[in-house]
Amino acid sequence: MARAVASRRSFLGHSYNLVGVVASLVILAWTLVAIFAPYIIPHPIGDIVDDDYFGPMRQGLWLGSDYLGRDMLSRVLMGARYTVGISLAAVSIACFSGVVLGMLAAVTGGWFDTCLSRFLDAMNSIPSKLFGLVVVAAVGSSIPVLILTLAVIYIPGAYRFARALAVNINTMDFMTVARVRGESTAYLIGSEILPNIIRPVLADFGLRFVFIVLLLSGLSFLGLGLQPPLADWGALVRENIGGLPFAAPAVVVPSLAIASLTISVNLLIDNLPQKIRDRDT
Amino acid sequence: MTNLVEVRNLMIKATTDAGRVVEIIKGVSLDIADGEIIALIGESGSGKTTVALSLMGHARPGCQITGGEINVNGKNMAALSEKERAKLRGTDIAYVPQSAAASFNPASTIMEQVIEVTRIHRLMPPEQARKRAVELFRSLSLPDPERIGGRYPHQVSGGQLQRLAAAMGLIGDPKLVIFDEPTTALDVTTQIDVLKAFKSVMRAGGIAGVYVSHDLAVVAQIADRIVVLKGGEVQETGTTAELLSAAKHPYTRELLAAFEPKRRQAHADAEPATNQLLRIDNVTAGYGAVRDNGLPLIRAVDSVSLIVEKGRNLGVIGESGCGKSTLARVIAGIHPAAAGDIVFDGKPLRRAAGKRSQDQLREMQIVFQYADTALNPAKPVEDIIARPLAFYHGLDKRKRSKRVDELLDMVRLPKALRYRHPSELSGGQKQRVNFARALAANPKLIICDEITSALDTVVASAVIELLKELQRELGLSYIFISHDLSVVEAICDEIMVMYNGQRVEQITPDKVNAATHPYSKLLFSSVPKLDPTWLDGLVRDPELVSQYGHR
Repeated sequence: MARAVASRRSFLGHSYNLVGVVASLVILAWTLVAIFAPYIIPHPIGDIVDDDYFGPMRQGLWLGSDYLGRDMLSRVLMGARYTVGISLAAVSIACFSGVVLGMLAAVTGGWFDTCLSRFLDAMNSIPSKLFGLVVVAAVGSSIPVLILTLAVIYIPGAYRFARALAVNINTMDFMTVARVRGESTAYLIGSEILPNIIRPVLADFGLRFVFIVLLLSGLSFLGLGLQPPLADWGALVRENIGGLPFAAPAVVVPSLAIASLTISVNLLIDNLPQKIRDRDT
Repeated sequence: MTNLVEVRNLMIKATTDAGRVVEIIKGVSLDIADGEIIALIGESGSGKTTVALSLMGHARPGCQITGGEINVNGKNMAALSEKERAKLRGTDIAYVPQSAAASFNPASTIMEQVIEVTRIHRLMPPEQARKRAVELFRSLSLPDPERIGGRYPHQVSGGQLQRLAAAMGLIGDPKLVIFDEPTTALDVTTQIDVLKAFKSVMRAGGIAGVYVSHDLAVVAQIADRIVVLKGGEVQETGTTAELLSAAKHPYTRELLAAFEPKRRQAHADAEPATNQLLRIDNVTAGYGAVRDNGLPLIRAVDSVSLIVEKGRNLGVIGESGCGKSTLARVIAGIHPAAAGDIVFDGKPLRRAAGKRSQDQLREMQIVFQYADTALNPAKPVEDIIARPLAFYHGLDKRKRSKRVDELLDMVRLPKALRYRHPSELSGGQKQRVNFARALAANPKLIICDEITSALDTVVASAVIELLKELQRELGLSYIFISHDLSVVEAICDEIMVMYNGQRVEQITPDKVNAATHPYSKLLFSSVPKLDPTWLDGLVRDPELVSQYGHR
């Protein structure tokens, strides 16, 4: 207990700890890479620049080359764009719709709540990879399809989470006061409930982002994600899986990239800065 | 002779989130002789529970005992190791918590939990422990002492559970028992039984006690000496009789004064009685499935009629579960009535709030008991108070801000408080904000549902005074729902007594002693008086008690 207190520092009225800072730096770095990738890659991602395949790390090819002799550093940097971009878009749609529906169900109650909950429970019971497989098989794989599929898969979870939180808030007296005042449903969910559940919802947003990164990587690994020559990290692992016996950096590096992003998001959620509430200072 | 308990210069400190160290207890000293019961009294935050817990060598998480000696039965609790302290807890010192309902494990029988102490400390074989427990049940005048131990906690009433918790504390033959507000959550009629049982058991066993409470009248019945705490320091110590008759410290006097609130001046110039603001006729409401006759299965409010006149106040009093809060919700339309009419300001009101017009909603405001849950913790005070201004009156930002200042001023809060969040306010301040929000609507009638019961005596009486002043200034009417007779007496022109969902009697405050209905008589006679001999001298009609008391 005493150590936990000591390792926390304070800044701008918030206390934070080292793990959280490191995690947010990693996330920030990947975000910058995703934004500026086209300007910083040393080689175009489609160019074959090495005579050898699965080339080792060396000057000029800092992360070696892939199974066709393309520059791995450029491909990982561009891959960040797809992995982070698609996942972020999907998680935003999933959490926004899930949270709004969840709060609506909690406030409205009755048949609306029952029908919606049962429907989304049914959705939840479909295995996510299988669902992805079916959709991609039916309509083909493109970035918008991937985003929507991933979003739909994660809406029920976000809905359940938000509804559970909102139901607790809904029983508070201030909700009764607002109702008796005659407030509209939009005000009730936006102004009375949301501010009270926003922190756990944001934490859930981060966690769901990790799930989506992993699912997207999984789909890409199965060949159902992005199609060549575009490649996200999952696809990079798959196309270079042949390099595993040679311990080629081409297969290790994208795996590490996935791990570093997902673990950092997780650690950040566990170590969010805490607002210091101290009445007398 | 040395005393059983000698606390010398006790210091307890706490560490806040920011790492700042706060002194909670600043050098408290007190003595307790063998078989003596002392009361620790003070407002919330005064450190009374902290001091009581320290007698067991326990400090709550985040707190440390940093100085002084706590000698209990010749051992310094502050210096012992946790293991040695654990040995003394339950055998030398016992603790009876405030909420017995939250302290019992709902999954095992009462008997198992009561004799657990003897098992942990290997005091006696289980058979003997059970016998001892039954003896204790009997001496605590619990019904059916032979078999009550076989029940589960939810199968006995709150007052019984509190006495069972005391039995749990007493089974290890402790020399000192700590009672932490054990009757605060009980109805007055039940409180009497519990107090009587505690008193007789303690006296018979010659056990010393520490009784933590904020209710001076309750303390007066049970304690030999009273220690008044405020801000972590002892303000005054004295025998009960001394303290009640000749309090020296200003804070003690304030406490005593708060106990006898000034009666509301009856309106000599009151408007004629024809000026009805609210009339409800034969209203019935309840819970559960609706039956063929259109009434719910369980009727929490059963054919109740009442009239509130303009500028006058109606008090509704009764024990918990009598339907008084449901009545408030029915009038406000939160829980629509199943039958009956509500007429407000000359016009009939729809039963459900959702179907009433905005003006009708505005003119009738309800203020809830727990300001903690009635104020949105995520919003600053100014947003909370400003919302009705924008919603009902459509004021622009500048006018709203000005009006918020006025409203804060009206409820006697400093303007700087508007930027704070509810969690940064004290209980009394929160209740004032809660009230300011109701005032912001410019209502004609405010329904106050137990608004003072979560507050300390001194704070509560200040809130009541405020309500009276506001009534004079703004010409409001209140429906005041409470289980506390002294509060209702202080502010109401008429008192309606409810029992089991029905109105049993309606009288004026000055006729409380001449109640005619047997339940009202029992209720009014059960309110503790400041006189220390009151409990011993109290004779209650056994027939009444068996008919209406929940023993």
